[in-house]
Amino acid sequence: MEGNTIEVDIKVPNKTRYLSLIGRIGEDIAREIERYSGDKETLAYHLNLVLTEAMVNAIKHAGPKEPEKLVRIVISIHLDDLTIKVYDDGQGFDINTIPPPNFEELEDRGRGIFLIRTLMDSVCYRKSCRENILEMKKKLV
Amino acid sequence: MNLVNETRNDVVILYVKEERLDAHNSADLKSAVQKLFEDGKKNVLVDLKEVRFIDSSGLGALVSGFKNAISHQGNLKLSSLQSQVKSMFELTRLHRVFEIFPSTVEAIENFSS
Repeated sequence: MEGNTIEVDIKVPNKTRYLSLIGRIGEDIAREIERYSGDKETLAYHLNLVLTEAMVNAIKHAGPKEPEKLVRIVISIHLDDLTIKVYDDGQGFDINTIPPPNFEELEDRGRGIFLIRTLMDSVCYRKSCRENILEMKKKLV
Repeated sequence: MNLVNETRNDVVILYVKEERLDAHNSADLKSAVQKLFEDGKKNVLVDLKEVRFIDSSGLGALVSGFKNAISHQGNLKLSSLQSQVKSMFELTRLHRVFEIFPSTVEAIENFSS
């Protein structure tokens, strides 16, 4: 692997009890990024959060009939580019149809994708016949 | 979920004794708060001193508690937010919705005033 590249490829059962494990991995990676000049503890929280939200999303979209499925998460950092990909094999959804939360209305739900969009530079969700990928990118400067 | 319940000056304080309030455990908090209002409690303070991390589900559970309070003519307030947790309330504009106090003592004074 190149000197400036980190890639972590993880598979965990699609259960919420693994959220803290995935979140902690994100935090540890944030603290290891030598080139990042911003506040690493804030970055650590943000990675923890986007990984948590994305994994919850993947769990929701994996069918409940298949509780033994795995969620695959790939976190890669090359130079200043952070990319997180979260794979699910559920029905998928169109991320562009999800509205931002209505701040005037007090809803219990609907803040997850908003938080991901706010904290990352770009977010896209690709559907293919085999699997769906939520891809999130951030420039680490 | 590890929740500790204490009553002081007619205020039920729910201490969330968890490092994370997320999609794994937030439903427990939601039902605990709901039960307090259904049991006739009017003033509930959720203390988040030990919570280092909150996600959208955790925020949602607190919003649900807040709405429960309104529908039972009660109050739900928050205390002891760590700075990163507080910044999630700001990001989602929820700091305008909740009354947030630095400590349980200050929150309880506010309930009594």
